Amino acid sequence: MGRYALRRLLQMIPVFIGSTFLIFFMVYALGDPVAALFGDKAPDPATAARIRKDLYLDEPLWRQYAHYMGQIFSGHFGTAFNGQPVTELMASAFPVTLRLTLVAVAFEMALGLTLGVLSGLRRGRGLDTSVLLLTLVVVSVPTFVSGTVLQYLFGVSWGWARPSVSPEAPLNELLLPGVVLGLVSLAYTTRLTRTSIVENARADYVRTAVAKGLPRHRIVTRHLLRNSLIPVVTFIGTDIGALMGGAIVTERIFNIHGVGYQLYQGILRQNSPTVVGFVTVLVIVFLLANLLVDLLYAVLDPRIRYA
Amino acid sequence: MAARLLDVRDLRVEFRTRDGIAEAVGGVSYAVDAGRTLAVLGESGSGKSVTAQAVMGILDSPPGRVTGGQVLFRGRDLLTMGAEERRRIRGAALAMIFQDALSALNPVLPVGAQLAEMYEVHRGMSRRDARRRAVELMDRVRIPAAGQRAGDYPHQFSGGMRQRIMIAMAMALEPDLIIADEPTTALDVTVQAQVMELLAELRREYAMGLVLITHDLGVVADVADTIAVMYAGRIVETAPVRDLYRRPAHPYTRGLLDSVPRVDDRGERLYAIKGAPPSPLALPSGCPFHPRCPRAQEVCRVERPPLYEVTADAGADGRTSACHFWKEELHA
Amino acid sequence: MPEPFDPRYDMTEAIAPAGGRGGGGGGGGGVGGGPMDLPASGPQPLKGGPRRGPWRLALPWRGEPGRRSGGPAAPTGRGLWTDAWHDLRRNPVFVASALIIVFLVLIAIWPQLIASGNPYHGDLARAQDGPAPGHPFGYDLQGRDVYTRTVYGARASITVGICATLGAALLGSVLGGLAGYFGGWWDTLLSRIADVFFGIPILLGGLVFLSVVTSGSVWPVVGFIVLLGWPQISRIARGSVVTVKEHDYVQAARVLGASSGRTLLRHIAPNAVAPVIVVATIALGTYISLEATLSFLGVGLKPPTVSWGIDISSAATQIRNAPHMLLWPAGALSITVLAFIMLGDAVRDALDPKLR
Repeated sequence: MGRYALRRLLQMIPVFIGSTFLIFFMVYALGDPVAALFGDKAPDPATAARIRKDLYLDEPLWRQYAHYMGQIFSGHFGTAFNGQPVTELMASAFPVTLRLTLVAVAFEMALGLTLGVLSGLRRGRGLDTSVLLLTLVVVSVPTFVSGTVLQYLFGVSWGWARPSVSPEAPLNELLLPGVVLGLVSLAYTTRLTRTSIVENARADYVRTAVAKGLPRHRIVTRHLLRNSLIPVVTFIGTDIGALMGGAIVTERIFNIHGVGYQLYQGILRQNSPTVVGFVTVLVIVFLLANLLVDLLYAVLDPRIRYA
Repeated sequence: MAARLLDVRDLRVEFRTRDGIAEAVGGVSYAVDAGRTLAVLGESGSGKSVTAQAVMGILDSPPGRVTGGQVLFRGRDLLTMGAEERRRIRGAALAMIFQDALSALNPVLPVGAQLAEMYEVHRGMSRRDARRRAVELMDRVRIPAAGQRAGDYPHQFSGGMRQRIMIAMAMALEPDLIIADEPTTALDVTVQAQVMELLAELRREYAMGLVLITHDLGVVADVADTIAVMYAGRIVETAPVRDLYRRPAHPYTRGLLDSVPRVDDRGERLYAIKGAPPSPLALPSGCPFHPRCPRAQEVCRVERPPLYEVTADAGADGRTSACHFWKEELHA
Repeated sequence: MPEPFDPRYDMTEAIAPAGGRGGGGGGGGGVGGGPMDLPASGPQPLKGGPRRGPWRLALPWRGEPGRRSGGPAAPTGRGLWTDAWHDLRRNPVFVASALIIVFLVLIAIWPQLIASGNPYHGDLARAQDGPAPGHPFGYDLQGRDVYTRTVYGARASITVGICATLGAALLGSVLGGLAGYFGGWWDTLLSRIADVFFGIPILLGGLVFLSVVTSGSVWPVVGFIVLLGWPQISRIARGSVVTVKEHDYVQAARVLGASSGRTLLRHIAPNAVAPVIVVATIALGTYISLEATLSFLGVGLKPPTVSWGIDISSAATQIRNAPHMLLWPAGALSITVLAFIMLGDAVRDALDPKLR
């Protein structure tokens, strides 16, 4: 188990370097961070040169990258367009997005598992067919559409929720955005749970459980669910990382001052430290979530643990 | 006559496939008495496993469906019995051993827990007592260091050890009847003998009835009392094991016997039944074996043979054959 | 959020029933085997380490392609497709989604067929007005006819969807297919590279990439989607090739001295292509969704291109006073995405009927 965890950790390192370098490359090589600093004004050549030197921009790209990563690991993320340190932005933005993500995950787990298990156990019946169709529709409606529509309905027409979230983003105001954020994941969770249940229900060990004369509820809970939920649990684990990185649309619609909002501002104002800093942290979060999922997987499935 | 332990009467099972309805079992009857062993012999696809699944009530349905017949267990029809009552019989009085223990055991539960479950559910034992019994059981089927290995998972055992665990699971509540579906097919030849021996020994010890489903004639000769030969979803011959080996009364049985290599026939050409088993979607008219039968006549193409009572020289008891020419075959 | 287009999620797994854990798990049960030949199809022990859960294992395919066509004797896979076509023609979901797609492609090429107006012409006096005779969907913020714009918007979405899918499918299946066939260091390198792309949240990557690579055309968007989309296809193609490679008829062809190229093209490709087609079809729908989302965020397509995403973005701010502006482009977008996803779903079911 320990060796397994270590191996996964080591495998992550090249992925981390590759992913962050790719982002770094896009911002610093494809874009022009110095020109961006000056906005529409033409940069003063002397100042521009000084900034280039400060940011190591006159060096080869890999040295710039190494320099930047060195700074990041010593906690220097640079400053945002308004002179605020990027770390300060992160300190205010990440808790908000984390809360939003947790609401979304809770929603997706509660409803997705229930629907998935129910329709999986009643395969081919009315409930199953409608759930399958409904999830396809949910997947097909992009989040920015469902978000806008739900905001209008709940926030404006019926007045059940606040259409936009205050800067402190308390949990109760995040309920509707959380649902919007988790909606597509909900469809996936439901379908994945259903599929897994259907597939495992035909497995030989379930037949054995029937032949042992176990009562149905015991077959379902102890044998069927225990096996079927392994992929679902790991999906939801990975999803936490993905949701944090993808909350940008939801945060924009509901005006939530989270990670996506800050990142969006950074991109609009072409502030490279903000963009690369946030994305780097998000990549780390995402990879860590994946690592945890791999470990969780090994805990849940003994065949991995002893492999 | 006392009620037989298991009496299957005219059992019929269908499968609905996208190419039509397949009659997997077309009126099978067989019986086992307490403490006796019935071997059900047949090629893969002959319906022998499906019959067993229908008896156990573990048919995959859909697509499978029992469409007729009776399964009398100690005189009571399992097919018309309430679901809850039938469940209490399964595992406790009527148990099953599967072919592939690796997939038949739950991969994410320790084997000890899977054994203990039998005692918890059927006997209402506490978890600790059940667990102790599970270890005893593993010891009984000669798994080394049973106490430590009870916490291991199925994939950590060898094939033979896994099959022992399957056997232990079936034996756990000392059932009256065990159905063993190709219990040794998936194992190495050397291990096969050990597992078969263990099964026979336990059967004797607890005086259980055994339905042994197999395609291996060698296994049958040693352990079975009676043999039922199946072909295309039907019984074609039943006979006491010795009679059947000595004088088969159906050409298919003869074909099977002749296709077994023998040490004393070295150098001779091995017999093979020509052709292939029919598709259950398109059974031949008349006798389903006629396209492959060396003895086939016009009547075989037209008329399906009933199960004839076979009366051999000594007036052999309970022999049957589904061949119009069973007499000729018997005296060939 | 896992937008549907996120390549990290193997769409086919979540959308359509997932296959056996190890791919090619429980065979048998085909016509030849007969229904009594019940396969021992329990969960297979996973080979190697987990790739972040079984739904992402290389090949979400249970029955090997070509199996039902009579196995090794008929390796062309023709029987598989014939059977699938036979099923599909009777499947209302398939017929409906195929008709919608044909219709969408038609109006993407000739929008004039059903819309006589000019999508750029605005009459500010009628800004945000509701439906009027000859203008069934009403007017937008600049008094342009919403109906005409909705019709013309199909072109951008369909172009991006088809081009991006073709690019990603070609690149992905060539790279993945070669990796699966030859294995070795190339295989390892490719899966590491794919991991790198999977490590980037797709919307963030899109925002960053498209904010620095700007142009008025659809090509940066297409390029970006290909860039982040190919690893998903390559994974599917790789797994598919690995499975097919093990088949007896392929082994036989290799033993008999067929060249690698010939084996790959004649024997493996026809049988390995089915999963790729299914995944690509579903991906097409999700790419359209991705393009619209990026346009909504202001980094995808830019005006004056007519795009549903842009129109939805401007309608979203006006939703209180003119909901109709949002309704039509959003509806058209959702139906388009749904049509492609359902088409892929139906094709998948037809190719792998055991999972139904």
